[in-house]
Amino acid sequence: MAKDNKSQWDGFSLKPRREMPEGLWVKCPGCEKTIYKKKAVENRDVCPECDYHFRIGAADRIRYLADEGSFEQIHTEMVSADPLDFHFRGTTYKDRAAAAETRAAGKEAILVGKAFIKGRGVSLAVMDFNYLGGSMGAVVGEKLCAAIDKAIEEKLPLIVVSASGGARMHEGVVSLGQMAKTSAALARLDDAGGLFISILTDPTTGGVTASFAMLGDVIIAEPKALIGFAGPRTILETIKVELPEGFQRAEFLLEHGFVDMIVHRKDMRSEIARLIDYTC
Amino acid sequence: MTEDTNDNTNTNCNYLSFEDGIADIDRQIAELSSLSQKEGTDNSSKIRKLQRAQVAEFKRIYSSLSPWQTVQVSRHPQRPLFGDYLNLMVKDFRQLHGDRTFGDDPAMVCGLGHIGREKVMIIGQNKGRETKEKIKCNFGCPNPEGYRKALSKMKLAEKFNIPIVTLIDTPGAYPGIGAEERGQAQAIAVNLMEMSRLKVPVICIVIGEGGSGGALGIGVGDRFAILEFAYYSVISPEGCAAILWRDGSKAPEAAEALKLTSSELQRLGLADAIIPEPLGGAHRNIHDTVYSVEQYIIKSLRQLKRTKLENLLDTRYKKLRAIGTAATKLSEAGVAAERIKASAENFIKKGKAAETKPATTKI
Repeated sequence: MAKDNKSQWDGFSLKPRREMPEGLWVKCPGCEKTIYKKKAVENRDVCPECDYHFRIGAADRIRYLADEGSFEQIHTEMVSADPLDFHFRGTTYKDRAAAAETRAAGKEAILVGKAFIKGRGVSLAVMDFNYLGGSMGAVVGEKLCAAIDKAIEEKLPLIVVSASGGARMHEGVVSLGQMAKTSAALARLDDAGGLFISILTDPTTGGVTASFAMLGDVIIAEPKALIGFAGPRTILETIKVELPEGFQRAEFLLEHGFVDMIVHRKDMRSEIARLIDYTC
Repeated sequence: MTEDTNDNTNTNCNYLSFEDGIADIDRQIAELSSLSQKEGTDNSSKIRKLQRAQVAEFKRIYSSLSPWQTVQVSRHPQRPLFGDYLNLMVKDFRQLHGDRTFGDDPAMVCGLGHIGREKVMIIGQNKGRETKEKIKCNFGCPNPEGYRKALSKMKLAEKFNIPIVTLIDTPGAYPGIGAEERGQAQAIAVNLMEMSRLKVPVICIVIGEGGSGGALGIGVGDRFAILEFAYYSVISPEGCAAILWRDGSKAPEAAEALKLTSSELQRLGLADAIIPEPLGGAHRNIHDTVYSVEQYIIKSLRQLKRTKLENLLDTRYKKLRAIGTAATKLSEAGVAAERIKASAENFIKKGKAAETKPATTKI
């Protein structure tokens, strides 16, 4: 790809890059300083002042992670068949999904495919928090399993970037079953001797944490990412005790031994490449 | 925990809010029998008639329970718990404690025992009956050490080729500070992965509440059965209502939308079997309930033990992999693209056939 195309590449070629929201300035939730938006974007959506990692969609994530133009997406057109015919408060799951599609990078909460990271071929799956909170339904499970199968078949390392609120309520037990399904597929990958690097970004909670996200051979977290089983609000409601400072943040998990390393967004590519070199 | 009890004080049975008719008949029967004792009159024919009416009423109510009513039955304070199954179904139970890492979780009970003539490793969540016991075992909400204990005992069973039976009855894994510190999510995740490749038959039965990841953490196996009025859900109806309806009291609506009943579960292909409950729910006849569960376990074990290990693991994997595949489809654009692709392929094939045909006819 020619050099001048660089800024137009959006991680995959189907959709044009999403326009930035209005306003040239954004307030950083980390240091509460007002920063020039362009500067933050140039810095891979990281606050130049305090290293706060903004939440980003799947397209940006792939752009920051994969080699330029290398992401070949599969199963782009797979969508949910709404197994429960779910409706609530006068709206339906179908409506919500259609509305979410306009915000998200793809047609579901995960994009999967083959990519190169610093020249190393990988099977890449990236979750998209913009699509119904990155929740895991039947499609996410199915697509992730396709990525795992690809990793097994072509002996590629599997890289999964999680950003999810957990299982998708709108699909009921079917989404709960996806936890078992993806974990079983990962057991196959493990048996086949494949490498699985799980990257946890802000936020990774619920059924996603309690299944594939925590099963990585190497688990990497982004700084200050919220990672946990129950969400902070659920815990508060259950035990009604003030939660300690930094609770369920990446650093908290590192301290308690549940992630291998915390890696800055700008170092993610090289860190993954190095890990792949060690193991493959 | 919500206990939906009626203000009937003259009986020791808790009636659910939708069982008014039954409570009424019970009261009448009690009155008649006390009358016949006091005055020596014979009311037995009247009582028999009332009992027949009560059976009809039971059938009427329980044949069309709403999802929320099912949830209430599954949480009935007198519903048989894991402990009851242990007492009535498992012979020579040897309880095994501790996860060898952190501690022992009383919410998760594991041990060796006999069901019928089969040696099994039996694992289940215990909710506790009395308040003291309930608090001790955290109302059946296991901590990470519970899941790790379960896995370590499963590995033990695997080593000695003993089949595993898990009885699921939990509102969910415990959402506490300690649980997060000790990796609740990681403990469940590892269980899911390891259970999918255990080299012994695994039978999972939901006997009461099947609450989310906490239930699934010991719920991956070759057979998945559910009692008729038990439920299995991705989130508690209250939790779902609090998030989607922004109002926890909308739980009945949430239960309806979540389709968490046994029949729906079977329709979605997630349950292999529904174990029928006695008339009026498991709590009205504990012995019959336990007997049905026992028979199901014995029957399934007989089938699974005949299966070659290779086939057993393969079938289990395929079953897990098929979950939700039917719940996916191609989008409209995808369908259109497929159609174009197919017609293009067809066109090329036709062209090729036209090209090659003369060549073949020549020879």
